[in-house]
Amino acid sequence: MLAIALILPLFLDDFWVLFSTRVLILGLLALSFDLVWGYSGILSFGQALFFGMAGYCTALLATKLAITSVFVLLPTAALVGLIVAFAVAVIVILGKRPPGVVFVALGTLTGSYVVERLARGWSYVGGQNGISSLPRLTAASYEISEGPVFYYMALVLLVLVYVGLRLLVRSQFGLVLAGIRQRESRIAFFGYKTQNYKGLVFSLAGFVSGLAGGLYAFHEGFVGPGQLGPVLSTQVVLYALFGGVGTLIGPVVGTGLIDLLGFYFSHVWNTGWPIILGLLLLVIVMFRPTGLIGFFVSERERVGSFGRSSEGDQRRPARRKAAERVAP
Amino acid sequence: MNLLEARGVTKTYGTLTALSNVDLLVRQGEFHGLIGPNGSGKSTLLKCIAGAEVATDGSIALGGRDITYATAPERSRAGLSLKFQITAVLAELSVYDNVLLALQAQQSMPGLMLSRSRHALHERVMHLLSRFQLEARRDELAGVLSHGQQQWLEIAMALAREPKLLLLDEPTAGMSPQERRATGELFMPIKDNCSLLIVEHDLDFIKDICDSLTVLDQGQVVASGPTQQVQNSDRVREAYLSHA
Repeated sequence: MLAIALILPLFLDDFWVLFSTRVLILGLLALSFDLVWGYSGILSFGQALFFGMAGYCTALLATKLAITSVFVLLPTAALVGLIVAFAVAVIVILGKRPPGVVFVALGTLTGSYVVERLARGWSYVGGQNGISSLPRLTAASYEISEGPVFYYMALVLLVLVYVGLRLLVRSQFGLVLAGIRQRESRIAFFGYKTQNYKGLVFSLAGFVSGLAGGLYAFHEGFVGPGQLGPVLSTQVVLYALFGGVGTLIGPVVGTGLIDLLGFYFSHVWNTGWPIILGLLLLVIVMFRPTGLIGFFVSERERVGSFGRSSEGDQRRPARRKAAERVAP
Repeated sequence: MNLLEARGVTKTYGTLTALSNVDLLVRQGEFHGLIGPNGSGKSTLLKCIAGAEVATDGSIALGGRDITYATAPERSRAGLSLKFQITAVLAELSVYDNVLLALQAQQSMPGLMLSRSRHALHERVMHLLSRFQLEARRDELAGVLSHGQQQWLEIAMALAREPKLLLLDEPTAGMSPQERRATGELFMPIKDNCSLLIVEHDLDFIKDICDSLTVLDQGQVVASGPTQQVQNSDRVREAYLSHA
């Protein structure tokens, strides 16, 4: 899959390179939702909030202070996402006792909505129109224009985030997350402060959303209130559910497929597309709750193993033999 | 020395009084049975000690530390562990991972992220698994174990943190007589460093392993003391017979 992604720009015209870059960036955002919901059981309808806030902050830096360096703007974007997510976590997650799923879902949804309204009404950040004609990102004196270069930058960042998250969710920390997802009240009795784990994961997901938000703003050359609001937040939920939550590749695949289908239908039958999308999702959620990826990955692989006992395939046969020797 | 001291514990739900001024003392290294007819308040008392419910009045202390209003992780750190009545193993995780999850709870978050203790805890996981005869099934999902084995896995997880007091809510529910006997024997080796508080319907099991008993009826303590003595008390027989 990575190989396809690597050679893709060689075969596509400009339009499709832009399209694919957008998929990579939104895939990053979908990954962040997957981390909180698929891995940690936190239902967040506010991923767009961190995405949009990061977009706005970096857009302001670029337009008001003329900072365009990619090495300043992208880390700032991620940091803004992290800080905003942490602030939200302080309110909706980090209490003395763990909060309920619905409380967090409504809290993040409301936050997303409120900030979108604020952005629409605040002329300093462009009100309804947002901030447009952003300058291009630069690396030293080189201008990163939309196209293959931006594509590869987004791809590298996506792969880095993917690998980082993969290590995290397969670590002993990931085991705690799996426990939280399955039975939070039980593992609190082992002595885990589950809300701290959730708060940390939520902030990390904010970091990833923020990074995506910064990339998106400079890829489109524009940031607007729509990038903050519940509509985008919900869209991300759909990407992840469609592709498959609880796997890291699922949300990226979901993003690509939904956007492709959306593009196709918007030409063929524009008004009918939302209906088809809705029906498709219903079918998936009803018959394949693990998403499209559920066709390829077993439940066992999805959850994974954490302990040494089943770590690495080469070790297994040896241990089996040892067990057989003891058994009779 | 008393490990657990519950004094004057009262729990009301609206106008219903589930517990009324209950005292319960469990000494270090003691296996203490909590019995009584259905609806006598024994599960409520256990929940108040475990933190699943908060007592309306009274105080509960563990090892001299007041835990009446403590959160679940705070109780756990004070040395309390519990095994739920309905098995609550993590069905989607392997047997091995269930035990590892219980064992690694003391580790720091960064340590867990780097999986630093994965290697070091392996021996202890395997030791617990072999004690509860689950070694051969360590790679299977906990959800596919038999009921009795799930109960044992739960007990293994509850003991993983080497608690000072282990609360057991009907540990032998749904077990065959052989499994019951084996379960009783599993607790004997921990007697030196861990006390037990057991709620159980099966009086034979209780008599076999408990040093002392507390009998509840209608939210009040009817009798408390060494097993032999309580067993023969008239009030206890009355309480049981009147509900039988």
